[in-house]
Amino acid sequence: MTALLVDVFLVSMMVVIAILVLYTRRLFAAIVLTGAYSLISAAMFVNLDAVDVAFTEAAVGAGISTVLLLAAMARLPAEEKKGTSLIIAPLAVCLIAGVLLIVAVMALPPFGDPTSVVHQHVAPRYLIESDVKLHIPNVVTTVLASYRGFDTLGETIVVFAAGLGVFLLLSTGRRKKNDGKGDKDEK
Amino acid sequence: MKNNPLFRVTTKVLFAPIILYGLYVQFHGDFGPGGGFQAGVIIAAAFILYGIVFGLSEVKSVAPPGVVQAFTAIGVLLYSGVGVVNVMLGGNFLDYNTLSYDAAHGQHYGILLVELGVGVTVTSVMMSLYYAFAGYKGEAGGAGN
Repeated sequence: MTALLVDVFLVSMMVVIAILVLYTRRLFAAIVLTGAYSLISAAMFVNLDAVDVAFTEAAVGAGISTVLLLAAMARLPAEEKKGTSLIIAPLAVCLIAGVLLIVAVMALPPFGDPTSVVHQHVAPRYLIESDVKLHIPNVVTTVLASYRGFDTLGETIVVFAAGLGVFLLLSTGRRKKNDGKGDKDEK
Repeated sequence: MKNNPLFRVTTKVLFAPIILYGLYVQFHGDFGPGGGFQAGVIIAAAFILYGIVFGLSEVKSVAPPGVVQAFTAIGVLLYSGVGVVNVMLGGNFLDYNTLSYDAAHGQHYGILLVELGVGVTVTSVMMSLYYAFAGYKGEAGGAGN
């Protein structure tokens, strides 16, 4: 019961922050509010016993993303461009996606139900084996690094590719220097 | 922010403990919450804090961008290298059981190395993202705004 009350409190805080983000006209305030939003969702993950997810959310969502958004904000002009007045199409997309998500949520099994399908396949084996056979108490780590090692390798490569992409897009300095040298050699 | 003693002293006091905590999260991931992804972000956060307070050029002299970019690839190579070693030892790709005399020890070594690879890549990617954003000079590559 207490957990449910805390959840309701946290979710209503998140709704309030989301509305504030939409209504504030200052980018700095909006970015700091998204950081607060991430921190509250991290608290919610702790309440749902997903400590690893909460850890990542607090570090990435509240920490690094806020810093990166602030760094990006410093490059933006202070004046906002006048937007187009046609908002019907985006509104329709948002509403349809929202309705579909709510319908999908209603089809999910109840939260924490041990008899639901996803908990019947390989999860029982992982839960037993990780502690007894491999002596690794944190099942999240065993699943992430060993049972699902291929997925995590893919994730690591995605992180690497994302870093490479940002580096190639934003680092204009070195290319310019090389172009200058090339020109001199040609002449 | 370099001239504010509060920021300067706090950063100097916190820098080493943040990295120590990151290493704890990295290597204690088998027993508690944590692992390479979280540890990587925490260690990168220490450097980014240093960069915010003392300036981009200072943190670039501590961790040169070229070295950081090399480490983004080294992490992925370490991860996939473990898989290749497994194949050479006669197992399947990323089958850690082959790494030691018994399966449980092999899994421990494999998970430790793989998480280290993840941590190295995440740390260096987060730092190079910060370098790219903070050092961005605009489209023309000129003086900027």
